[in-house]
Amino acid sequence: MQLTLEFGGGLELLCQSVKIHNVNVDLPKGAEKLTMKDLLSWVSTNLIKERPEMFMKGESVRPGVLVLVNDCDWELSGQLDTTLEEKDVVVFISTLHGG
Amino acid sequence: MESNGGDDVARIRRDIEALKDTKARIEDRISVLEAKLQETVSLAPRLQQNDGVYHVSCPPIPAADANLANGLSSDSVYRYSRHLLLPSFGVQAQSNLLKSSILVVGAGGLGSPALLYLAACGVGCLGIVDHDVVELNNMHRQVIHTEAYIGQPKVKSAAAACRSINSTIQIVEHREALRTSNALEILSQYDIVIDATDNAPSRYMISDCCVVLGKPLVSGAALGLEGQLTVYNYKGGPCYRCLFPTPPPTTACQRCSDSGVLGVVPGIIGCLQALEAIKIAAAVGEPLSGRMLLFDALSARIRIVKIRGRSLQCEACGENTTFNQEHFRDFDYEKFTQSPLSTSPPKLNLIAAESRITSKEYKERIVNGEAHVLVDVRPEHHYKIVSIPKSLNIPLASLEARLPEISSVLEEKKTNEGVESGANLYVICRRGNDSQRAVQYLHKMGFNVAKDIVGGLESWAHDVDPNFPMY
Repeated sequence: MQLTLEFGGGLELLCQSVKIHNVNVDLPKGAEKLTMKDLLSWVSTNLIKERPEMFMKGESVRPGVLVLVNDCDWELSGQLDTTLEEKDVVVFISTLHGG
Repeated sequence: MESNGGDDVARIRRDIEALKDTKARIEDRISVLEAKLQETVSLAPRLQQNDGVYHVSCPPIPAADANLANGLSSDSVYRYSRHLLLPSFGVQAQSNLLKSSILVVGAGGLGSPALLYLAACGVGCLGIVDHDVVELNNMHRQVIHTEAYIGQPKVKSAAAACRSINSTIQIVEHREALRTSNALEILSQYDIVIDATDNAPSRYMISDCCVVLGKPLVSGAALGLEGQLTVYNYKGGPCYRCLFPTPPPTTACQRCSDSGVLGVVPGIIGCLQALEAIKIAAAVGEPLSGRMLLFDALSARIRIVKIRGRSLQCEACGENTTFNQEHFRDFDYEKFTQSPLSTSPPKLNLIAAESRITSKEYKERIVNGEAHVLVDVRPEHHYKIVSIPKSLNIPLASLEARLPEISSVLEEKKTNEGVESGANLYVICRRGNDSQRAVQYLHKMGFNVAKDIVGGLESWAHDVDPNFPMY
């Protein structure tokens, strides 16, 4: 499945400072759909090159990270259970505190 | 001629100092007289001195000029005419603005442009909270301050700038840090709050305070080349805690003083904060509530995303919450976020005293010609700004991979300088925190001679070489 993943707010530093990743993610074996839970595990295995604790906590993202599926907070689409479609854009952004 | 020139310089310097003294005294007298004048005028703010800190309240906004049907004085009509000419803004919105009060927390990179526009546009009463002083290394983004105010309170500097732009509005100075002990009293005097602070505990504290007082909060943040903006607690919308119920790990909270920030980025976000506050105060348009603006300066992208609504489970504003003013006063935000309300960098103490030397001691060892290697563990882009000559740059992140390099230079020194016992190994960084982490690791890996230089390059610049550029 073709997806566009974007990292921001400093999270791009965990994947070699590249903000936009066009990726092809296979469905898990025997599954009929790809969920955000599957995608998170794919991202941690394939994209996060350092300090995984800065991205994940347990099976979800760490506190302070907003996840947006097609410009919409994943809280509104079912969080980890959100089903992804072909060409979806998923944004992971760390909240900023500076000023 | 030479000595005459020297005398001239000394005399001119003395004259400048004397004139500056006189100027300061005159400015003090002016502020005293201005305060007196304000007290005697009927719109005077209530002044009460307490522990040397002025608690000034936002005064009642003057009633509109009864002689004019639209409620604006003729001066106001002229000053704000370009607003009045806007069909979607006009007299009603301007009149609302003139009757509103807005508090800006933080007179830094975000607060600077926000305050300039809010003063100019005619907000009836504008409050400024900050405990910090103006510093040269912040002036690239804190554009409200001028060089003449370096070392003086930011609130004083920002208030003077606002007054010089618009003498017809009330400017209230809160020259103190915002704490749970004073936040309720200060925020309650205003209609709208702007969060222009720079740290996580302040953001939770300000949001919670706005929730218990029922105030809309315009929240902005900027770091590096990115900015974020949203409006919290507005007409049933989410609060900061609805979005971020659990604070992030402290390692995820970067500071502008560590990670850097392009000056214009907070400038843009601060301007947008002023805009959102103006919309709410004037009751026009659709405030950015339930949505968040994400700004990426490098790629010139602005993304506006839909965020969750108010959470029923929210500890601050949820359905069954018991959070109130009393809880707020007792809540420990520094403990909750594991980080201090002020942004001063931490001072770690990780290793034993015998594994540390001061920058002065290190200087003595250089003078004595001691065989040693100095490893600078800062990131490469820091090392490029400035470094101690002959130091070896091995960033902390690549220390593990580059241990063989350290072994070989130590061996080289030992052979070349003929020291039986081997060369010494010193580690330095910017402030003396990462160098301790490095020494801890080096000891673990068998480099027992490794010692850290206490206080890093900051102490080197302070105690050894005052001409060493600091950043």
